[in-house]
Amino acid sequence: MANPQMVMYEEEFNLIQGIVDRLVREANAQVVFIIDKNGQLIAASGETDQLDTTSLASLTAGNIAATGGIAKLLRENEFTTQFHEGERANIHIQLVGNRVILVVIFDNKTSLGLVRLRVKKASEELNGIFEQLLAKVQDPDHETPFAEITDDDIDNLFND
Amino acid sequence: MSFINYLSREINCKIVYYGPGLCGKTTNLQHIYNKTNPEAKGKMISLATETERTLFFDFLPLALGEIRGFKTRFHLYTVPGQVFYDASRKLILKGVDGVVFVADSQIARMEANIESMENLRTNLAEQGYSLDKLPHVIQYNKRDMPGIASVEELRQILNPNGVPDFGAVATTGEGVFETLKAIAKLVLTELKRGGGAGGR
Ligand SMILES: Nc1nc2c(ncn2[C@@H]2O[C@H](COP(=O)(O)OP(=O)(O)O)[C@@H](O)[C@H]2O)c(=O)[nH]1
Ligand SMILES: [Mg+2]
Repeated sequence: MANPQMVMYEEEFNLIQGIVDRLVREANAQVVFIIDKNGQLIAASGETDQLDTTSLASLTAGNIAATGGIAKLLRENEFTTQFHEGERANIHIQLVGNRVILVVIFDNKTSLGLVRLRVKKASEELNGIFEQLLAKVQDPDHETPFAEITDDDIDNLFND
Repeated sequence: MSFINYLSREINCKIVYYGPGLCGKTTNLQHIYNKTNPEAKGKMISLATETERTLFFDFLPLALGEIRGFKTRFHLYTVPGQVFYDASRKLILKGVDGVVFVADSQIARMEANIESMENLRTNLAEQGYSLDKLPHVIQYNKRDMPGIASVEELRQILNPNGVPDFGAVATTGEGVFETLKAIAKLVLTELKRGGGAGGR
């Protein structure tokens, strides 16, 4: 098995959303989001209205993948942290447990030092939650919505 | 690697368009983008060189409708076709749920098709996937061009396993949605079967 499937349940989602919400407040950030390494958005918080989070998620994952590729060439482990400084917006990207990516976008209302500090704490908590999730998914009895899907259901998707 | 979100009731799947340089992968995505309702698609992102050759990937998020109360979302990616971008291709294949292999029907591109297909197998194997177990379809593109091989010939060389295959003219859209529907169906069927990610 190359990759375990990513699944999100309400219980874990609420925990994750709680951490992300808190990180926005405690780091005084504009936006915080979490994506998986394939570029799927998992959770977001803050001023997300004006943001194309789907595009951001895919590009950030591409970025992490490219950096990971460079690390491999240098016989490094992954570079777990990236920081890009702009004129108005800054972005802090943190790889969590080599599984998900925590992104913080912030302006000059806060500082990189504070963001780093809060990200570190959040990462540790997130890591625990994603481990719990993974354990659930690998449990062979875990529920799946697909078992009841019929071939007709799939065909109907394309009948318009 | 599909992503099932029980909370937002969404199924997300990743589909990669693979094939030799200039076979029409980006054109496939552009056609899908142009013909899809605004509410069913996100922005199409192309990380391209100044001459519009794909540098890293194209990306198009697409919503196909609901199954049993779950919204199905597909993330379509293309890879850069040129041989020297192999490192980037490997990255894009990570977590793939289904592959569309786009072949260039021109006889002059037959070698390039074969090489790209072998490259796909190698790169999948490196990640513990096997093409034979991964949902995939084949598209014979550029059917409008002069100097093309017949579909039978292409099939014999590129499709020994007899997976679903389609002739296409991506520039006019012929065959583009048929190809997309076929791969989406295979991916969902694989999920139903309880597999996914071709490596189990
Ligand atoms: N005649 C013809 N040209 C095509 C077709 N599909 C793509 N092209 C052209 O082939 C060139 C390369 O296409 P592109 O999608 O960028 O290839 P990619 O490298 O696989 O992404 C472009 O000039 C397209 O307009 C087709 O079916 N017929
Ligand atoms: Mg391209």
